[in-house]
Amino acid sequence: MKKSILGKLSYSVVSTALIAGLLAGCGAKGTNGGSSDDVIKIGVNLELSGAVASYGQSIAEGIELGVEEINAKGGIDGKKIELVKADNKSDAAEATNAAIKLTSQDKVAAIIGAATSGNTKAQVQIAQDNKTVLLTPSGTSPDLTGTDSVNDYIFRTCFIDPFQGSVAANFAATKLNIKNAAIFADSASDYAKGLAASFKETFAAAGGTVVAEEAYAAKDTDFRATLTRIKAANPEFVFIPGYYEEVGLIIKQAREMGITVPFMGGDGWDSPKLVELAGADALNNTFITNHYSSGDPDAKIQKFVESFKGKYSDKSPDAFNALGYDSIYLLSDSIDRADSTDGERIKDAMAQTKDLGLISGTFTFDEMHNPIKTATVLKYEGGKQVFETKVNP
Amino acid sequence: MDWLQQIINGISLGSIYALIALGYTMVYGIIRLINFAHGDVFMVGSFVGFYAITRLDLGIFPALILAMAVCALLGVVIERIAYKRLRNASRIAALITAIGISLLIEYGTIYFRGAQPEAFPNALPSKSFELWGATISIQSILILSISVVLMIILQFIVRRTKVGKAMRAVSHDVEAAKLMGINVDRTISATFAIGSALAGAAGVVFGIYYTKIEPLMGVIPGLKAFVAAVLGGIGIIPGAAIGGLVLGLVETGVSALGYSMWRDAAAFIILILILIFKPSGILGKNSREKV
Repeated sequence: MKKSILGKLSYSVVSTALIAGLLAGCGAKGTNGGSSDDVIKIGVNLELSGAVASYGQSIAEGIELGVEEINAKGGIDGKKIELVKADNKSDAAEATNAAIKLTSQDKVAAIIGAATSGNTKAQVQIAQDNKTVLLTPSGTSPDLTGTDSVNDYIFRTCFIDPFQGSVAANFAATKLNIKNAAIFADSASDYAKGLAASFKETFAAAGGTVVAEEAYAAKDTDFRATLTRIKAANPEFVFIPGYYEEVGLIIKQAREMGITVPFMGGDGWDSPKLVELAGADALNNTFITNHYSSGDPDAKIQKFVESFKGKYSDKSPDAFNALGYDSIYLLSDSIDRADSTDGERIKDAMAQTKDLGLISGTFTFDEMHNPIKTATVLKYEGGKQVFETKVNP
Repeated sequence: MDWLQQIINGISLGSIYALIALGYTMVYGIIRLINFAHGDVFMVGSFVGFYAITRLDLGIFPALILAMAVCALLGVVIERIAYKRLRNASRIAALITAIGISLLIEYGTIYFRGAQPEAFPNALPSKSFELWGATISIQSILILSISVVLMIILQFIVRRTKVGKAMRAVSHDVEAAKLMGINVDRTISATFAIGSALAGAAGVVFGIYYTKIEPLMGVIPGLKAFVAAVLGGIGIIPGAAIGGLVLGLVETGVSALGYSMWRDAAAFIILILILIFKPSGILGKNSREKV
């Protein structure tokens, strides 16, 4: 009896010592890396596998291209960027684990990720506690960077959902000279409701009138009755925030009923399925707001498209590629201006980012750490997205 | 002419409900089974039509006939495998089996082809006509004519043919029909075949009119068709057609008044009201149910 207790005791002493040793080892390794060397470690916490792996993979491609370019030009103040990649497997708990590892073990200067709002949210508290800047390339949910007061270490490269609504309203009012608009929104999604509310507000401020406001529920297939109401209200423009499955049917049914006015929506439309469901002809004279367009004639964007095609066997970069690429440039610009890899100084520098011209727009952060930047408006022509214009918020 | 347009919208939607409801009502009329897998046969019909047009390059009418044939076969197989053994079991056992079959078809389809939606090909020219200010598309006319033609054929089968006579006899009294030398099994199979063929036709028509088809598309139309069948008087064939049209018009009317979020609720409120106030349905006579 006694012996076995002793045995257990000695076992636990040994194991504690082992764990302590391991931890000490990690600590030592951490302080050696990071700031003091001639590399700057940047954590990448992305969905490299799992349900939304295509988002994470695309962002990673953009980041890698950016790092290659920055390092080729001599890095940040002579220090090369070294990426420490972690795969969060499209899972919030894994994202938290990866963030803990990146901050405490790898001692990264900052983290880029995750692609989705949910997986980003899982890292917010860890980034705040460890005073490490967390930059999400594509998490659009407004509350990530704070609800009442700002989460001061959290930033994003993309715009937030409601922003697209106000861009669409400005586009309709100023570029298309629309006075009367109708809104037909998906009542089951926060995304669509956010877009609809901000569209309404901005459109009214621009002097327009919303003549009809209708709603549908996701999975509906018959929109003709409501479309008949919208047609009767005689709008010059219809704003349809929602996702491609329903939007495709709405556009098809609306065109069949003889509603020929322009339609517009947000990045939720951006899918090849939309073209299949609506048909290429019905999509003519419709517009979407998006993060970026590879067809943008801007020299900087064309240069990016070219170097991306060079690195990734002629693949045309999509919005996630561009956001990943912009994220690494945004971060390296802040680290450069902070002149340090200290989290607090990087945070302050990033918050002061002003008029930084990147691929997905010109960046200035507002007090909630959301970028105030231009959005791209695309037009559908013969089933293809064509660059239309850029609109300021 | 807004209201005229809305009536056209309502009739188009209603004729799809009616086509599905006919199958429900026939099966119930004969073996007193609510066949909850009926909506999924409708979905299968839609996909058969889709693959017939896109892969086999068939025209719209051959595709329609192929879908009806495949669904008729599917209906008979379901009956033989799942319901026949339970014919003398309690009604609840048959009902639960029906729900099981429904889930099997839905998720079996997802297993084989994935859950992503498909766009039904534009098999018809997108032409439309003006009628007193309302627009009628070729699709609406096609839906209505296919529905009317199929209902007339059905009425002819039930009233004038030997199979129809047998069906009416079995529905009236199974034992007596047996005594009169009617092959009850074959009659029930015929009922399933005809009802499922109608659902298959409805699936193709739905695809033409609403474009988007997906493996779970049968759930809501299936429930609505059930409401339509009860509304018209379950077990009564003209009742299903009337119930379907009424339901389509009511739903469209609710949307037309600006309450589009309430249209599904309206359908099920109708079901509750009809069950409270006239359980036998519009065409039903009271105390028709035999003990």
